[in-house]
Amino acid sequence: MFRTTLSALALCTALPAFAQPAPSDWDAVTEAADGQTVYWHAWGGSTATNDFIVWIGDRVADEYGVTLEHVKLADTADAVTRVLSEKQAGEDEDGAVDLIWINGPNFKSMKEQDLLFGPFAEDLPNWQYVDVDGKTVQTDFTVPTEGYEAPWAMAQVVFMHDTEDLPEPLPTAEAILDWAEANPGRFTYPQPPDFLGTTFLKQMLIELVDDPAVLQQPVDEADYDTVVAPLWDYLDELTPNLWRSGDAYPQTGPDQLRLMADDEIDLAISFSPGEASTAIADNRLPPSVRTFVLEDGTLGNASFVAIPYNSGSKAGAMVVANVLMSPEAQVRAQDPDVLGYGTVLDVAELPEEDRAAFEALELGVATLSPQDLGEVQPEPHPSWMTRISDDWTDRYGAGR
Amino acid sequence: MTAARLPAGLRALPPLTMVAMLGPVAAGLAGTLLPAAGFYPAAGLTTLGLGPLQSLLDWPGLAAAVRLSLTTGFLATFAALAITALFLAGWSGTRAFLALERVLSPLLSVPHAAAAFGLAFLVAPSGWLARLLSPWLTGWERPPDIAVTQDHWGLAMAAGLTVKEMPFLLLMALAALGQSDATRRMRVAAALGYGRVAGWLLAVFPSIYAQIRLPVYVVLAYSMSVVDVALILGPTTPPTLSVQIVRWMGDPDLAMRLTASAGAVLQLVLVGAALLVWRAGEGAVAFLGRRWIGSGLRAGRADAAARPVALGAAAIAAGSVLLGLLTLGIWSVAGFWGFPDPLPGGLDLRSWMRFATGGGATVATTALIAAIATGLSLIFVIGCLEAEHRRGKALSQKGLWLIYLPLLVPQVAFLPGLQTLLLSVGLKSGLGPVILAHVVFVLPYLFLSLGDPWRAWDPRYATTAAALGARPAGVLWRVRLPMLLRPILTAAAVAMAVSVGQYLPTLIVGGGRVDTLTTEAVALASGGDRRAIGVYGLAQTAAVMVPFGVALIVPALVFRNRRALRG
Repeated sequence: MFRTTLSALALCTALPAFAQPAPSDWDAVTEAADGQTVYWHAWGGSTATNDFIVWIGDRVADEYGVTLEHVKLADTADAVTRVLSEKQAGEDEDGAVDLIWINGPNFKSMKEQDLLFGPFAEDLPNWQYVDVDGKTVQTDFTVPTEGYEAPWAMAQVVFMHDTEDLPEPLPTAEAILDWAEANPGRFTYPQPPDFLGTTFLKQMLIELVDDPAVLQQPVDEADYDTVVAPLWDYLDELTPNLWRSGDAYPQTGPDQLRLMADDEIDLAISFSPGEASTAIADNRLPPSVRTFVLEDGTLGNASFVAIPYNSGSKAGAMVVANVLMSPEAQVRAQDPDVLGYGTVLDVAELPEEDRAAFEALELGVATLSPQDLGEVQPEPHPSWMTRISDDWTDRYGAGR
Repeated sequence: MTAARLPAGLRALPPLTMVAMLGPVAAGLAGTLLPAAGFYPAAGLTTLGLGPLQSLLDWPGLAAAVRLSLTTGFLATFAALAITALFLAGWSGTRAFLALERVLSPLLSVPHAAAAFGLAFLVAPSGWLARLLSPWLTGWERPPDIAVTQDHWGLAMAAGLTVKEMPFLLLMALAALGQSDATRRMRVAAALGYGRVAGWLLAVFPSIYAQIRLPVYVVLAYSMSVVDVALILGPTTPPTLSVQIVRWMGDPDLAMRLTASAGAVLQLVLVGAALLVWRAGEGAVAFLGRRWIGSGLRAGRADAAARPVALGAAAIAAGSVLLGLLTLGIWSVAGFWGFPDPLPGGLDLRSWMRFATGGGATVATTALIAAIATGLSLIFVIGCLEAEHRRGKALSQKGLWLIYLPLLVPQVAFLPGLQTLLLSVGLKSGLGPVILAHVVFVLPYLFLSLGDPWRAWDPRYATTAAALGARPAGVLWRVRLPMLLRPILTAAAVAMAVSVGQYLPTLIVGGGRVDTLTTEAVALASGGDRRAIGVYGLAQTAAVMVPFGVALIVPALVFRNRRALRG
């Protein structure tokens, strides 16, 4: 202990005032973190997530003396804008953002602009439990994370259906279209570029394209028009049968959930297998809602946290990222009464006590078991998402 | 008394006020214009050119979004003004009028976003009205697929803005009524055989309108560029221009921020053009009015028909906001509440319990910002008014325009630029800058609410006090301020309401680190959880009503033995 303190001291004197301890020297990190305040910019639209973040805050305050403040965003890109403005203004040492809940295009954008601190993720002590082989935790929409973001939750596409009006699962894109034509006005999806709405487009593209492998390359390297043509044909048939005939769309995932609670729609997409159960428990969905996945599998990805290059509390932020990956936090996140998020850990490799805690979890009435969730399809390269979302707006989102 | 004899502090206050109010607007606009021309070093973009404009023009929704901004802006402003004028014409001085006057402060205190949410839930196909009438009257077992809100023409959005702006214009018109000599004008019109409505419109309205012209412009500029109401009630394919600007600001592709800036400049130009069109419209209306007078038409039958229409419109406008507030209250404690149940199936107090554990700090921050911004602004405004009084020069029309300027420039056009500026002069995000940004918006309203009562104060009191040996400062502190306690507190309550309601300034200038009830409410709104929205909407409304209550109670206590000061 004495030696690590000494080396930490040496580190402090050797570097300028705002330098942070190296991620690999965990004792120095926790020491520097004590007393720091971490501003975590994370989407604030879900009370369940907000409560979970409060709980994480209590843990890091008790154990490490880190104060965690949740900055509730309406849109993750607000935090990206903030870091960018700070860079523009020369605020390189103590920016407003210490930690961001991030993935996909926002991560790619920040990484390319050198707006991120790292690599740090694979030096965190709890990284040892992460399921590196079984889960997509080292690539984010095909972009290698290279330790610049730490995973904390797994997500997979499921469809929620109100069994009172739509009793049976719909196994394919064609089945969804047939049902929508027979029941016009009872399905919609969040309006792209909303994250979940774009996910629906990608999911349908994977369903409709001949060989999904082409989606793993940047969009420039593929014959874009030919690849996506089946998607537009599909949407041309689907759109007139959507809620409001496709003249209006819900703006976010929860907005879409509200439509289901109001019995305006019977089918909705979700990126969290446990969301339906959590929402039923929270009175935000009718008890008759269940979930299903498509025959050929559905999209899956991980949620990450990243640290901006100009955070003044990088040590504190690393401590928070590490606690998020701890078995204790992960089992809590997977509890449908709390969040219902999938774990990033390899449960089979955990210490006995932690594994038992995972196995004791009740998954919730509307949650599929890990076996029933079926095959996880990888995310396409982020350039597809951007391109498809732009073209969708041109075709369906800008007045017809 | 000449300017040279004013104390230095008092002499410095008017120019300082202008800097505090207009400096941020000007600086922010510069910070928007540069990226619009292609200059944005943080993203490595420094080539000046028309690229951002081109990408704005390439957006296929542009024509529709511009049209929406114009139609919703004009429609909402015209409807709010028409209801205000007709209601004043047909009903001022009656019991119906007093009833509406009594609910005016609650109507004004409901934040725009909360009012829009209430209205959306009230009239949606699966909303409360439909639930109350289904299935026994409508036959609907499931909500019908009709676009009542988010309609293509922005009618729902215009309606939402109308019901919120009508009380504001009514308040402004009431203040103007005192200086319009209405009673005598109406007597002359009646003697000439005009009915109540026609007589009022022809004889009284012109002088009222001349006094509320700038507030009407504020309503027009606001309705054209509003973001939160448009998000809730407005169409989405495409959305209004201002919503699209905010979207572009949030695009992961940093180059889109240039497009956003170009859009912000377009929004600014649109608002400017719309104001000019409205100004021309004023001339046209005046011309038609004179033609009417010249024709000698008394229109007695139309007069009789206009009164119930005016009453109905005003009652619907006020009623929908109040009913909307009631639905927020019900939602905040609702268990699962499906269609077509008229009331929730059970009680769920979790949202209030969450608020009780985490809301205290937010309430404190909201109150602190509002109190300091209002206190600072009060010093500025009273200083300016006192300087004006001692110099014996009233505020010119040009000066009035300057005061209104921060309210006429769309917020999306200058706030992002302002954020960059604050950072580059080394001001960290946090409470301080947020308070200064709030002052920009609080000052104009404080000026407008306090100006008239301040000037209406009888100067003979000052003369008497001076004759008794009081210096000007003594007159101010010992005679004028105590006598004006009630209007000062009322103006301060208005100012605090303005501060509590600020969303974009708090979010953008505070860097997201400053949580107020309004930023929390809008963040929750993006999650669509009606229970949480209900809790925060009510908390917001309460935060605004408390200062109004203080403004009523304190003078009553202080002046309990000063009858003339109580009324």
